[in-house]
Amino acid sequence: MDHILVAENVTKTYGDYTALSNISLQIPKNCIYGLLGPNGAGKTSFIRIINQITHQDSGEILLNGEPLAPKHIASIGYLPEERGLYKSMKVGEQALYLAQLKGLSKSEAKTRLTYWFDRLNIGDWWDKKIQELSKGMAQKIQFIVTVLHEPKLLIFDEPFSGFDPINANIIKDEILQLKENGTSIIFSTHRMESVEELCEHIALIHKSEKILDGKLSDIKKAYKNNIFNVGLYVEKDVSAMMRSLKEKFNILSSEVDSDENQLNFKVQLPSHQTGDILMELSKGANINRFEETIPSANDIFIQTVNNKDNGQ
Amino acid sequence: MASKLGLIIKREYLAKVRNRSFIVMTILSPLLMVGMIVLIAYLAKVNDEETRVVTVLNESSFFQNDFNPSKNISFVHLEDLSLEQAKDSTTALEYYGLLHIPPAPTVEQVANAAYLYTKDNPNTSVTQELEDIFQSQLRQNRLQKLGVSFEQFSSVEKPFEINLSTFDGEKSMKGINEIKAFIGGGFGYAIMMFIIIYGGFVMRSVIEEKTSRIIEVIISSVKPFQLMLGKIIGNSLAGITQFSIWIISASLLMFIVVLIFGVDLAALSADTSGVTPGAMGVSQLGAMDSEMMMYAKEIYDIPWGLLIISFFIYFVLGYLIYSSIYAAIGAAVDNETDTQQFIFPIILPLMLAIYVGFFSVFSNPHGPIAVGFSLFPLTSPIVMLMRLPGGIGEGGVPVWQFLLSIFLLIVTFLGIVSLAAKIYRTGILMYGKKPTYKELIKWLRY
Repeated sequence: MDHILVAENVTKTYGDYTALSNISLQIPKNCIYGLLGPNGAGKTSFIRIINQITHQDSGEILLNGEPLAPKHIASIGYLPEERGLYKSMKVGEQALYLAQLKGLSKSEAKTRLTYWFDRLNIGDWWDKKIQELSKGMAQKIQFIVTVLHEPKLLIFDEPFSGFDPINANIIKDEILQLKENGTSIIFSTHRMESVEELCEHIALIHKSEKILDGKLSDIKKAYKNNIFNVGLYVEKDVSAMMRSLKEKFNILSSEVDSDENQLNFKVQLPSHQTGDILMELSKGANINRFEETIPSANDIFIQTVNNKDNGQ
Repeated sequence: MASKLGLIIKREYLAKVRNRSFIVMTILSPLLMVGMIVLIAYLAKVNDEETRVVTVLNESSFFQNDFNPSKNISFVHLEDLSLEQAKDSTTALEYYGLLHIPPAPTVEQVANAAYLYTKDNPNTSVTQELEDIFQSQLRQNRLQKLGVSFEQFSSVEKPFEINLSTFDGEKSMKGINEIKAFIGGGFGYAIMMFIIIYGGFVMRSVIEEKTSRIIEVIISSVKPFQLMLGKIIGNSLAGITQFSIWIISASLLMFIVVLIFGVDLAALSADTSGVTPGAMGVSQLGAMDSEMMMYAKEIYDIPWGLLIISFFIYFVLGYLIYSSIYAAIGAAVDNETDTQQFIFPIILPLMLAIYVGFFSVFSNPHGPIAVGFSLFPLTSPIVMLMRLPGGIGEGGVPVWQFLLSIFLLIVTFLGIVSLAAKIYRTGILMYGKKPTYKELIKWLRY
């Protein structure tokens, strides 16, 4: 697969503190890549190296196959987690300044800004000062400034923090649209629900090391452990049914509702073979639910990090 | 890359110049300055015009014609009153005081018995003047006893001043070193103020970028060093703008004030220069005039061109050094209150330069301390300027010292700016803790 960004054995230390140790990543083109990890894991350090704010001590980073160089600044857009704007500067003036720093000409920047301001319905903010805007409003402007120069690679660090749900949705749709248009996106967060929604690939960084990466669907497959959620309607003795099932299968948890003759339980099967249990169940009950549990990104995140911490 | 630096300089400049407090300060300062000068001139005039009235009750046969009105005191002679009556009438008329001279056979006894009565402690200039009157009578009396005539005494008592000359034969002048150092000191002082004020601007601008969290957005587009440099240059241009506006508008205002109110500025300058000639006799007035001419010539001979060019060179280099330190401090802290512990060590060499300048350059512009401090890069912009009114080369600052100090400034600038850039680079991305000096040193190694 074609990659927008390849990192090979990137290491960064601050004095005695190791921020990144031997990180290797391949970020495919035209996809949303989730960079996950607990606070202080090294995500921001890695992103800052991509943005050439700091430099790695060793290792190599290739952008579109070329070693990272100052000219690449114009092809990267970065929305940092710690973000803000000049408080006493006017919105339009400020956006023009930031766009010009990214290498756009003044007139080009103005045209694109007008387009984006209309698109996000903030056309009348041009002459306002940032201190007159709410936090969410300022975030919209930061988003526009980040994407304005149409970078090939966009890096969003916690893009939804500070947005209300409605505006967060608008921004999410814009991100998906950008991906449709061919932009590659690195998405750093610890909000797992947005990872499920947006990311096709993820990498998990913990304590300066990469502990997991790959396609999200593949990872989920690998993390499946044959646990099924089952719901039964039992006409006769619910408790007896439960007891007999417990003898034959590895029931993880169960819940018996005698009044409604309802039995719900979680079972782990030895392999991915559902025939035995289905046969057993169909004998004395009506099955109203039988589904495999797919681990959420959140589960995977917590499990992997805990495993790592416990030395497994 | 250069165009980005240009963009940053432009933004920093406009942000500063459009700032409301900057505009207010720019407009108000010349008004305040002119107001101060007018006030001082007015007060000096009022002070001059206040003449104190002292009543004299002279019951002796001496001092009959000695109490003549002067600039400070006019005298009202009382006659045929008792001491108590005289006191009462003096207070009733709200005069300054009463001089009582009782009768006695000799002038010595009269003088010793004389009293000055005043409401509060008397002004020293008044007592001085009265004492002088007594003193001269007493001296004449003593001289007469010794058989010396007044004329003989006058011929003996002519004041003496040693003739001064430089080795190449030019007549040199007492006090001219001080005047020159004072003019240089003015330039040096201007540099210090400029560094402190505009260095502070740079620092606050860095802190603002940190607290508003825009810093990371910007340094993903430009190098931290470019941002720092743009900030320093932009703010110094704003400072130069402000300075120029001040100088132009203050001189315009001065001109208008002089025209409209007719404030006698000449009186001011005459007063200050009048201190020295006052000691000379009337017969020396002609000589004084020619001496004034020589002072004027000396001041005219001060190498103003050199001074202004050097002011520019030393200002730029000194400002670059100090404002990069200010930028580093701004980057290291989260808010302005945390800056105190770091600012004091920067202001220290500046203050030292001013004091050393005034105390040692005044008396000896080319002595070892003056030379040392005018070479040391953190003080040289101020101290060297105090030495420069004497010129460069023979009789002035040796050429090698001038060049060496500039060289040292450039080397120091390069060193400091690279250290400051390292602290700046790390500091701007550090939030939430107040660093110690130890940590700052650690940042230098990142």
